[in-house]
Amino acid sequence: MSAVGDQVRKFLDESVYQSVIWKSVFRHGFPDTDRNRTLVVLSNLFLHLHPAKLKGHAVRMRYTWCMGGLSFFMFLILTISGVFLMFYYRPTPEYAYQDIVALREDVPLGMFMRNVHRWGAHSMVLIVWLHMLRVFMTGSYKAPREFNWAIGVILLKLTLLLSFTGYLLPWDQLAIWAITVGTNMARATPFLGHEGPGASLIGYDDFKVVHSKSDIRFALLGGSIVGPSALLRFYVLHCVFLPLVAGFLMAVHFWRIRKDGFSAPL
Amino acid sequence: MILASGAIGTGPEYMQPFFNFVNFICRPEILFTGSVAAFFGALKFRKILVKPPVAIAMTVGLIAFILISLLSPQFYNEARKPDNAPIFIMVFLTGLVLWAAFYQAVNNDERFRQGLRSDEHEAAEEKLHVWPYLIYIEAIVAAFVLALLFAWSIGLEAPLEQFANPAKSPNPAKAPWYFLGLQEMLVYYDPWIAGVVLPGMILSGLIVLPYCDPNPKGVGYYTFEQRRLAITVFLFGFLILWVLLIFVGTFLRGPNWNFFGLYEPWDAHKLLSLNNINLSEYFWSDLLHKAPPQEWWRREWPGFALIFAYFTILPAAGTVLFKRFYQKLGFVRYSMVVMHLLVMFSLPIKMYLRWSINLKYIVFIPDYFFNI
Repeated sequence: MSAVGDQVRKFLDESVYQSVIWKSVFRHGFPDTDRNRTLVVLSNLFLHLHPAKLKGHAVRMRYTWCMGGLSFFMFLILTISGVFLMFYYRPTPEYAYQDIVALREDVPLGMFMRNVHRWGAHSMVLIVWLHMLRVFMTGSYKAPREFNWAIGVILLKLTLLLSFTGYLLPWDQLAIWAITVGTNMARATPFLGHEGPGASLIGYDDFKVVHSKSDIRFALLGGSIVGPSALLRFYVLHCVFLPLVAGFLMAVHFWRIRKDGFSAPL
Repeated sequence: MILASGAIGTGPEYMQPFFNFVNFICRPEILFTGSVAAFFGALKFRKILVKPPVAIAMTVGLIAFILISLLSPQFYNEARKPDNAPIFIMVFLTGLVLWAAFYQAVNNDERFRQGLRSDEHEAAEEKLHVWPYLIYIEAIVAAFVLALLFAWSIGLEAPLEQFANPAKSPNPAKAPWYFLGLQEMLVYYDPWIAGVVLPGMILSGLIVLPYCDPNPKGVGYYTFEQRRLAITVFLFGFLILWVLLIFVGTFLRGPNWNFFGLYEPWDAHKLLSLNNINLSEYFWSDLLHKAPPQEWWRREWPGFALIFAYFTILPAAGTVLFKRFYQKLGFVRYSMVVMHLLVMFSLPIKMYLRWSINLKYIVFIPDYFFNI
């Protein structure tokens, strides 16, 4: 190493890594020794999602394609850009569309953040599919990780629902008609939708328990058309409920992959 | 050359023979049958297809096909919709990921034949520190993906159409791209099956998959030959019944959800003779030459019998025909596997019945919204 490099290294070793501040934050020296490389993973909340050491095949990109990590990464990007969008958005038909127009035209970086959020959402759907595909192709869903695969399936469903509920929020033609097409299917839910098989059997004579103002679609939309209550419901689901559930299940998902162990050839 | 009655033309004159040919092979029955044949062909000839020159040639061919397709005003119109961008990314990314998986699978299967261990097994001998060996990969990949996402967000604006108007429905009204496979299923099944039962069965099928796969091999490395059945079924569902249907729903379904060739201008006034016929009409009118009975339980018994047979006689026959498979799984797991497979294959079966004999419903009880 050059003389300058030696000087820099000496300065870091003696003045930075030994300093009170560095030690208070990281609690160990720079991770260039085996001991410190282990400690950095064990003592850091974010890094300790990993084990300290992994078998060689699991580190390779051609084994994992990084898809699981990228799914989480996309979730974080969507959370950050989503919080930004929430500052400028009001979930009522009077304001929603105007707020998006204003976001696009008046807010600094508004259009960029909206684009990041939308393309990030599409990307997350794709990345989650491909993560699932690779977990299948490497047989990683088999024992002892069966339960974690099931959690993953629920997370897939939540990813689709998050994307779907977000689709309504701009309150433009694209939004309400895509959601109208999607939620129309709920009419036909067996027993629970008013146009579903079996629904007319619940009740007595003219008294029907399940009708167009009491079925599951009505509960989902808060009305019989995609209107103001649907917008509010989808907003709350999109910004609060679904991310909380997804976050909780992600914690379980990550915990379990550490406890069940990363898939490896025996 | 006949110009379409729609607002947009059919593209340059010299492309018409090619466009007409592609429009023809995009007809659902030809496209679906061809894709299924290509799927099994690709599995059969995987050793040739994974060779890098072949894979690169196929990628170049696909890019050339898309570029040529842009000469068609219809395809150009759909391709430039910002929300359809993920479809193109999906095609290339899924292709890349599958190529990488099969490249390693073919390699490992060859190693097993030579009595060697899998490539992953060799690599697993060594234990590596996560810092720096994994952290650096993750950091670089995350930075790369973030850069791509930023570039995409700078280059392409998210769509914002007119203010929502419940009185003015667009034609066609489409679900978001990732649900277009489900919307395409609505052509063949009523919403209670296409929108509720089939998606539910997809999720339940995925959840029970690890509990019903009795094959202990193939954990932690890529292989095809040790897991032929599982991989074939899974990829058939993903590629043919999900990805292909998304493509059909995006590019081949126009106004009134009518079918259009890839380059055929979307004409809202396109008339199709839809004389789809219920199974009961076939049975009573064409076979017995009688008027169908009025009561549904008498009229629909052939359909009920058929569906009952499909879900009982086929599984029962399977216990004899695939005796070892049945014994390995046991009754409960066997039933779950077979029920999910039968529901899965009920989709292509109904598709072919529609295309061949214009079958509308196997069971038709509109009073109870119970149509299959």
